[in-house]
Amino acid sequence: MAKEGLFSKKNQKLLSTPLNGNNPVTVQVLGICSALAVTVQLKPAVVMTLSVMAVLAFANVIISLLRNTIPSRIRIIVQLVVVAALVILVDQILKAFVYDVSKQLSVFVGLIITNCIIMGRLEAFALGNKPWPAFLDGVGNAAGYGLVLIIVSFFRELLGSGSLWGYKVIPESWYVANGGFYENNGMMILPPMALITVGAIIWFQRWKNRDLIEK
Amino acid sequence: MENLINIFVKSIFIDNMVFAYFFGMCSYLAVSKSVKTAMGLGIAVVFVLGITVPVDYLLENYILKEGALVWLGEGFADVDLSFLSFIMFIAVIASMVQLVEMVVEKFAPVLYTQLGIFLPLIAVNCAILGGSLFMQQKAFHNIGEATVYGLGSGIGWLLAIVGIAAIREKVQYSDIPAPLRGLGITFIITGLMGLAFMGFMGIKL
Repeated sequence: MAKEGLFSKKNQKLLSTPLNGNNPVTVQVLGICSALAVTVQLKPAVVMTLSVMAVLAFANVIISLLRNTIPSRIRIIVQLVVVAALVILVDQILKAFVYDVSKQLSVFVGLIITNCIIMGRLEAFALGNKPWPAFLDGVGNAAGYGLVLIIVSFFRELLGSGSLWGYKVIPESWYVANGGFYENNGMMILPPMALITVGAIIWFQRWKNRDLIEK
Repeated sequence: MENLINIFVKSIFIDNMVFAYFFGMCSYLAVSKSVKTAMGLGIAVVFVLGITVPVDYLLENYILKEGALVWLGEGFADVDLSFLSFIMFIAVIASMVQLVEMVVEKFAPVLYTQLGIFLPLIAVNCAILGGSLFMQQKAFHNIGEATVYGLGSGIGWLLAIVGIAAIREKVQYSDIPAPLRGLGITFIITGLMGLAFMGFMGIKL
C-alpha cells in the first residue's frame, strides 16, 4: 500500500465535505437536539461546538485504535463508556474555567453523550478506519455541526437581543423606548424560532445545492 | 396529590420534551413518517422513561449526591460522587433498555415485533438521558414525584411525535417548494407546533 500524506486529497475531503454537502445537521439529520437548544446566544454555541469537537475527535481516535479488539456485540456499550468518560472530562474543564457558560449550557453538556453525531460517526467511520482519518473526520463533522450552530445563534442573538457575543450592536438611540423606531424581536429567543431558523437554512442550502433535494 | 398532578401536567404540556427542549429530535425526525410506527416508538419511550427516571433518582440520592453515602456510616458523610452521574445514568439506561427489551419479548411478542429496531435505539435517545438530568436538576422530594415526572415527559414526547406524524402523512400530498420538501418543511411544522404549545405557558399551576 502506498503511503499517504497526512493531508492528501482524500484526507482533505474528510474535513471539507461535512461543512456543506454532507453536513451532519442539515443533511445527515444528526445531533439536532443540542444544536437547537444552545443557540440563543453566540457564546454558548461556540463553547458547545468546541466541546463537541474535542469529544468527537478523541472518541473517534480511541474507538479507531480499539476497533480490532472490540467484539461487535458489545460495541455500543464500549462506545458509550468512552464517550461518557470524555464528556465528564469536558464538563469538569468547563466548570473549572468558564463557569458561567457551563451554567448556561446546563444539562446539554451531559447530553453530548447521547448526541447522535457522535454515535453516528463512531459507528459509520471510526469502526472501519485508521486513527488519523478518524481524527480528521471527527474535526470535520464537529465543524459542520458548529457552522450550523453559529449561523443560527448569530441570527437569534442579533434579532432577538440586538447584541453579538454579549456586546450591543444596535445603537441604544434606535430603540422605541429612547424615541427611535426599533424593537427587538422577542420571538427569536423562544425555542420554536430555532426550529424555523434551521428550516430556513435547509431551504437555502438545498436551493443552492439541488442534489440534496428529497423526492 | 395536588403536587403530583402539577408535575404531571407541567411535564406534558409546558416543559414538553420536544417543543421546549428539543430532546429526542433525531428519532422524532427519523421515525415520524407514519402514525403507526410513531405510536410504537412513543409508547416505548414512555415505558423506558417511566422506569429509568425513578431508578436514577434512587441512584442519585443514595449513592451519587454529596453526603448520600451516609447510610454506609459516618465516615462517608462528605463523599461527593456527583461527577460520576453521567456515566452511571447512561449505564442504567443502557441496561434498562436491554431489560425492557427482554421483558417485552417474553410477555408481549406482538408489540416486540412491531417496535423492532426502535427499542434498542432508545438507549441513545437524548430524551431519556435528558429526563434523568433534569430530574437531577429539579431536585424532587420523593420517588413518587420523580416517577410522575418521567411518565409525564414520556407522554409529552408521545403526543409530539404522533402529532407530527399525522401532519406529515397529510403534507405528503401537498405541493411544497422542492428545496423545502422532507426535512425542511418538517422543521418548520415543528416550529409552528412549538409556537402553539407555547400557549400553555400561561397556565398557572
